[in-house]
Amino acid sequence: MSKVHVKMTINGRAVEALVEPRTLLIHFLREQVGLTGAHIGCDTSHCGACTVDLNAISVKSCTFFAVQANGAEITTIEGMASPDGALHPLQEGFRQMHGLQCGYCTPGMIMRAHRLLKENPNPTEDEIRSGISGNLCRCTGYQNIVKSIQYAAATINGAPYQEAAE
Amino acid sequence: MNEMTRTQAERAEVLQGMGCKRKRTEDIRFTQGRGNYVDDVKLPGMLFGDFVRSSHAHARIKSIDASKALALPGVKAVLTAADLKPLNLHYMPTLAGDVAAVLADEKVLFQNQEIAFVVAEDRYIAADAIELVDVEYEALPVVVDPFQAMAPDAPLLREDLKEKRVGPHGERKHYNHIFNWQVGDKPATDAVFANAEVVTKDLFTYHRTHPSPLETCQCVASMDKVKGELTIWGTFQAPHVVRTVVSLLSGIAEHKIHVIAPDIGGGFGNKVGVYPGYVCSVVASIVLGVPVKWVEDRMENLSTTSFARDYHMTTELAATKDGKILAMRIHVLADHGAFDACADPSKWPAGFMNICTGSYDIPVAHLEVDGVYTNKAPGGVAYRCSFRVTEAVYAIERAIEVLAHRLGMDSADLRMKNFIKPEQFPYHSALGWEYDSGNYHFAMQKAMDAVDYSALRSEQKEKQEAFRRGETRQLMGVGVAFFTEIVGAGPSRNCDILGVGMFDSAEIRIHPTGSIVARMGTKSQGQGHETTYAQIIATELGIPADDITIEEGNTDTAPYGLGTYGSRSTPVAGAATAVAARKIRAKAQMIAAHLLEVSEYDVEWDIDRFRVKGLPEKFKTMKEIAWAAYNNLPPGMEPGLEAVNYYDPPNMTYPFGAYVCVMDIDVDTGVAKTRRFYALDDCGTRINPMIIEGQVHGGLTEAFAVSMGQEISYDAQGNVMGASFMDFFLPTAVETPKWETDFTVTPSPHHPIGAKGVGESPHVGGVPCFSNAVNDAFAFLDAGHIQMPHDAWRLWSVADRLGLHA
Repeated sequence: MSKVHVKMTINGRAVEALVEPRTLLIHFLREQVGLTGAHIGCDTSHCGACTVDLNAISVKSCTFFAVQANGAEITTIEGMASPDGALHPLQEGFRQMHGLQCGYCTPGMIMRAHRLLKENPNPTEDEIRSGISGNLCRCTGYQNIVKSIQYAAATINGAPYQEAAE
Repeated sequence: MNEMTRTQAERAEVLQGMGCKRKRTEDIRFTQGRGNYVDDVKLPGMLFGDFVRSSHAHARIKSIDASKALALPGVKAVLTAADLKPLNLHYMPTLAGDVAAVLADEKVLFQNQEIAFVVAEDRYIAADAIELVDVEYEALPVVVDPFQAMAPDAPLLREDLKEKRVGPHGERKHYNHIFNWQVGDKPATDAVFANAEVVTKDLFTYHRTHPSPLETCQCVASMDKVKGELTIWGTFQAPHVVRTVVSLLSGIAEHKIHVIAPDIGGGFGNKVGVYPGYVCSVVASIVLGVPVKWVEDRMENLSTTSFARDYHMTTELAATKDGKILAMRIHVLADHGAFDACADPSKWPAGFMNICTGSYDIPVAHLEVDGVYTNKAPGGVAYRCSFRVTEAVYAIERAIEVLAHRLGMDSADLRMKNFIKPEQFPYHSALGWEYDSGNYHFAMQKAMDAVDYSALRSEQKEKQEAFRRGETRQLMGVGVAFFTEIVGAGPSRNCDILGVGMFDSAEIRIHPTGSIVARMGTKSQGQGHETTYAQIIATELGIPADDITIEEGNTDTAPYGLGTYGSRSTPVAGAATAVAARKIRAKAQMIAAHLLEVSEYDVEWDIDRFRVKGLPEKFKTMKEIAWAAYNNLPPGMEPGLEAVNYYDPPNMTYPFGAYVCVMDIDVDTGVAKTRRFYALDDCGTRINPMIIEGQVHGGLTEAFAVSMGQEISYDAQGNVMGASFMDFFLPTAVETPKWETDFTVTPSPHHPIGAKGVGESPHVGGVPCFSNAVNDAFAFLDAGHIQMPHDAWRLWSVADRLGLHA
């Protein structure tokens, strides 16, 4: 199958490659670029494990072609920690509040929460629950994910989060 | 740091041992997308396998034509049963003593059954190629309803077993019958029922569902023909068993097989079994000499690998008029699908269903289970459950509610009246178990006090009167459930998998500088073993948990174990860990005595050191002892500081809990809203309360899903309905209720650290609690038992049947 030339910025790094027009963005990221943080959980855009940030919106990369991402600015979970290795407040929040168990949904969940907090820096619990409702988790029951995001929001807003993980 | 001046509390805190809310070590990699799951494995020259699957539920295969697929550039092979037959691999043994087709041999027995395995250069080409394989079918009559499976004129499903009158679990009554299994004293039970003042009898159907971890089943098989060695990376909850099975099936010596279970994205029972995808990947890699990857898609996962439940339980209780339960009788019709692929210990065709007398002192009981074949996917796995315990607890906890309603008693009072009393432990149940420990009355009372139970009942009564007056369209339900689990399988005298006893193992090695690597035969799928096993060792050996690395899942390095399912990791491998640590501590005591120049009986353990009795300032820390183990030992002592333990548990453990759910149901929409859910769990000694609470949240969420909507159903032609996340209910953060957790602690008397296991309790107790809440809401209208799942359509239908929409 003939291939198409694409260029995009991924985690601040310029990437160019030849891809088949039908290559899904998730497969491009995982298999061509070597970023395996985003996962595939359902193939039908229900579970959100493949969520990445693309041109400042949350995108489920399992139902998005790599060619559609031509020219885009993409952030994946691998681009969240500081270059010096310090965890992003969301990553720290998920660890502190026990917001993950098997870890499979976590990259997508964090990327979705990242965009949610950009759009709404101080969300209520209901807004968080609604905001992450496109991302499924089978392990945690979401209660500690909500706290993880609250922890991150507090940290980003400069107010330490007091409550402990349950 | 001054070893002399730190207090004991300070020294204990540094260890991050048992009982503390230690943050998880796993999370450093998982939060950064640096986990290593099977689909992350990428090897040079790796090919991709994908299945051609049956469109029919029951049909004869007249022909398979793969020529067009083979002509597609990039396609390397198409395997069918004809290719596997010469290798005797077209069928594989199941854990239940049956065989299951790897690739359909002459006929298909369920929709989406594997027919051919296409191997291609990438997954896109493989997907193209499966569309090019032409399969010609001759449709056959379908058996979907298990109650029709043993009809005299029912279609014959398993032609391969046609002549077999006796199966692995005894006589077969019909060609679609698998086994009949009975426990208990039938004549004595029948006699009590014949004379009882009150008898209840109901059919409780526990519908077919699926564990559905977010990561599907997958593997990479890589045959090195030069070395004659096979490496398999896979989503395996029991990697060592997989290695043994692969060796037995393939004839490759077990030491030449390397099984690696890397990070696993949830299991919940789905990843215990061996599936055709694994076998075909191995065969393809052997044939082609290159690595082959197989990754299920979600539809394949939901419709082929390992359903759960599908138990149809006719449940009877005999009682006195004042609510003393005298006997229990259950008949189960068990729908096992096309092959008996239940993942139970070999001698237990219905798992531990005989825990169905629950938390109650029931003098006599009889349980009978008939398993049948139908044209549905095989499985019957323990979905977040220890081998049919979920089904057993559902039966007894629904029956208690029905009996309470019949007697006009409050169901909590009925439970209190019939609970096994604290002084009765160890308690021998009528169906053969020895319950290790419990304090049910205390736990139930604590739960009732926490939710102000009597106030809830008063409120409910007012709401019911308001409903009758037409002032509200909401029904309030108060669901109560009290469960006793049986986990930690199990003693090798009665528990084995394919003949291997269900022990588990731990190997601990202390390095000269006092850090530790420890390996277990289990395999975490999100339970946090890397964190919690280190806490056990930290407490037992006085080495900080942060200096301990836990490894699982590599059969080359880890000691043999039976894996992680049925809440067995803490009861079995956790015990092995404590025992291995104690062996090391016993040697360390001798080394310490040698270093301190006293008798080993003159030193005593003190958190992270041995000290001379009466002279606390004279001590050797474990770090010092570790160094000495490599250079300054008592004369004649073997160097090094390590131990291994294979732990064969003396008994199961019996966690328990009391749950209460408050629910409001709108009779005009059928929408049920959980107002409150309180869960009290007693899992014995608590290793990491944070992880326990997380497990409880997750288990309750899965219980909510199963009871309120999640289902794998089939139409009359055997077409599987709802095999994608479009239809299969996985709750989002919006629907999921908020959970209140609580606990009591009743240690297991036979476990080295008193721990019982917790991962499955919330699912086991949660499902009947939700279902009881729904049933309780309608009970005052004499609705009778309402079957799960309780989705809005079904609840609206119940309201409609009761004439509430008139």
